[in-house]
Amino acid sequence: MAVKKAAPAKTTRKTQASKFSKETYIKWYKDMLMIRRFEEKISQLYIQQKFGGFLHVYIGQEAIAAGTVSACKKGDKHITAYRDHGHPIALGTDPKNLMAELYGKATGCSKGKGGSMHFFDKERGFYGGHGIVGAQIPMGAGIAFAEQYNETGNVCFCSFGDGAARQGALHETFNMAMVWKLPVIFIIENNNYAMGTSVERTTNVTDMSKMGDSYEMPSFVVDGMKPEAVHEAIEEAAERARKGNGPTLLDIRTYRYKGHSMSDPQKYRSKDEVSEWQDKDPIDHVLSVIKEKKYMTQKQIDTVEAETKQTVLDAVKFAEDSPFPDKEELYNDVYQQKDYPYIKEYLA
Amino acid sequence: MKTVQYREALREAMSEEMRTDSSVFLLGEEVAEYNGAYKVSQGMLDEFGAKRVIDTPIAELGFTGIAVGAAMNGLRPIVEFMTWNFAILAADQIINSAAKMLQMSGGQIGCPIVFRGGNGTAGQLGATHSQSFEAFYAHVPGLKVVTPSTPYDAKGLLKAAIRDNDPVLVLESEKMYGDKGEIPEGEYIIPIGVADIKRKGTDVTVVSFGKIIKEAHKAAEALEKEGISVEIIDLRSVRPIDYGTVVNSVKKTNRCVVVEESWPIASIASEIAYHVQNYAFDYLDAPVKRVMQSDTPFPFSPPLMAEALPNVARIIAAIKATMYK
Repeated sequence: MAVKKAAPAKTTRKTQASKFSKETYIKWYKDMLMIRRFEEKISQLYIQQKFGGFLHVYIGQEAIAAGTVSACKKGDKHITAYRDHGHPIALGTDPKNLMAELYGKATGCSKGKGGSMHFFDKERGFYGGHGIVGAQIPMGAGIAFAEQYNETGNVCFCSFGDGAARQGALHETFNMAMVWKLPVIFIIENNNYAMGTSVERTTNVTDMSKMGDSYEMPSFVVDGMKPEAVHEAIEEAAERARKGNGPTLLDIRTYRYKGHSMSDPQKYRSKDEVSEWQDKDPIDHVLSVIKEKKYMTQKQIDTVEAETKQTVLDAVKFAEDSPFPDKEELYNDVYQQKDYPYIKEYLA
Repeated sequence: MKTVQYREALREAMSEEMRTDSSVFLLGEEVAEYNGAYKVSQGMLDEFGAKRVIDTPIAELGFTGIAVGAAMNGLRPIVEFMTWNFAILAADQIINSAAKMLQMSGGQIGCPIVFRGGNGTAGQLGATHSQSFEAFYAHVPGLKVVTPSTPYDAKGLLKAAIRDNDPVLVLESEKMYGDKGEIPEGEYIIPIGVADIKRKGTDVTVVSFGKIIKEAHKAAEALEKEGISVEIIDLRSVRPIDYGTVVNSVKKTNRCVVVEESWPIASIASEIAYHVQNYAFDYLDAPVKRVMQSDTPFPFSPPLMAEALPNVARIIAAIKATMYK
C-alpha cells in the first residue's frame, strides 16, 4: 500500500506479498529479467558500435514497468520518456522488433524511424518513447483527456523522471488535469538524478510527492524496488481515475544502476551508493519470494534464465538479418496525406 | 451567396464540422464563457456545451500538449491561440510533438489537430504582439500552414484543416476578423496547397498572402489607372506552396514581386524568389523584387509603424522597378 508522504522509500510500509499470486510473481520475474538481459546485451552491442544514437538503459528500475503493467487493464495507455525499453517489454512487444528499432531496421517497432528513445506500440497501448524531457507530461494528460471524452473507463499511465519534473509543463498539466479530473496517473520514476544532477541540487523541496500539493492532487511515495508496492499504488490510483476522481501523483523511488546514457562517467555518485541500491534489487527480491514460496523449482528458474537469454540472442539475429528501410521510406509517414507535394528538386 | 464577417466564416466552419463529427472540439483561452477574445467562437458554448467548447487556463504549452495527446488518441482538437505570438510558448508541442509524431512512431500514431489564431501586426501592440509566423512554421516538415485573406477562404480552408488528418496551422489576423465578404449559403471546402489568382493581369505577378495582400490589391487598382496590369496570386497555403501557379504566371508576365508582412531573412518571399529564378529564369525580364516588413522588431510609435510595414507606395515602386519605370 502506498503511504502518503512517507519520507524515504526504504521506510515505505511493507506490502502484503500474500496478496499476489504465483502467476503474478512469475510474470514479474520473467518481465524484469527480459528487460535486464535485453539491456545488458544492447549495452554491449552499443559499445561494439553495432548501432548509433543515444542509449539510456532502465536497469535497476524494472519493478516500475513490471508493477505498472501487472496492475493495468487492457485499453489503458502508457507513455514515457526516452528511457523507454522497459515498458514495451513488459507490455508484451516482441523484443525482436525492439532490437530491430535500435538498429534502425525496417522491422523495428517504429519502422526504424524512432530509435532507442522513440519506441512505439500502439496496439499494446504504448504511446512512446519521447525524447524531449517532460513533453510527455501534457501529452499523457491529453491521451487521458481522450479516454474521458469517449467515456471508455481507460486511464493513461504517464511516466517521467525526477529531472523532467522540473519542467514548467508539469505544473501547467497538473493544474488542468485536476480541474478537468483527467484519468491520468503521473509517475515520477525518481532515480534521484537528472543526468548528473541530484534532486537535492535542483530543488528546495526534495520530497517530490509534495509537488502535487499545490494542486491538491493525491500524492504518494512508493517503493520502486518492489513490484508489489508499485502494483498496489498503481491499482489504487487507476481505480481513483476510473471512478472519475482524477489524477494521482506517485513519487516512485528507484535507482538506475548504469549511467544516464552510455557516455556517462558517473562522477556525481559513489560506488557505495550504487551498491546500496543494488542490494535492494527488484529481480533478486522477486526471485527470493519465488524460491521461498516454492513457486518455481531451480530447474524452472534456470530454464527461464536460459530462454530469456536465447530470446535476446534471437532478437539480435533478427535485427542484424533485417533489411534497412527502403529509400522511399524517407517520404512515408511524415504526412497522412499520401500525395503530399514534397520539394524534391534538389535531389535531381 | 451571403455576406459574413471573417470571424463568422471561421465560426461556421468550426460549428459545421462539430455538428457532423463528435470527435472535433475547441479549446483555448476565453473560447467558451467569454465567447472568444475576438468573438470567433461566439455562441458555440451554448450550442455544443462545456464538454466540447473548453476554456483553458493561461498555459499555452500545457493545453497545447494536452490537445496533442488527445489527437494522438483519436480526437480532432481545434486549439485557439489568442494570438500566434503566445503560441511561441507552445512551440515545443507543435514542432517537436505534433509535426513529428507520425514519422517517429513509424506511421502508428498521427496527430489530426488544428492550431488557429491571430497572426501578424494588429495595431499598436508593440514588438512581442506583432509577429508573423508563416515562414517559421512553413519551415517545419510534418505541418501544414494556411493563411486565409478573405471570409470565403477562411471558411473553406478551416473546414479543410479540420478534416485533414495532419496537423494544420491556420494563421488569421485580429485586423481581419471584422472584414466582410461573400460566401456560399451551402457547404464548401478549399483544398490546402492550392493558390488562388485573386486578380488577373498581364504585366507583373504579385505574390502575397494573408492580411497584407490587401495592400497589393490597392496598389494594383492604382496602377491600373496608369495602364499597368497586375496579376495577384494569393498563396492561401504556405506549406505546401503551390509553386506551379506562381511559375506559370511569371512565365506569362515575366516579372514578379512578393509582398509579405514579415522579416526578410528566410522568408516566404525568399522561397518564392528561389523557385521563380530556378523554374522561370529564361522568362524573367527583371530580378524578382520583394516588399517586406522592416528588419527590426515591430515598433510601437505610429510613424515608426508606418515606416516598418509594407505599403501601397512601396509595392508600386517595386512593381515599377521590375518594369524599369
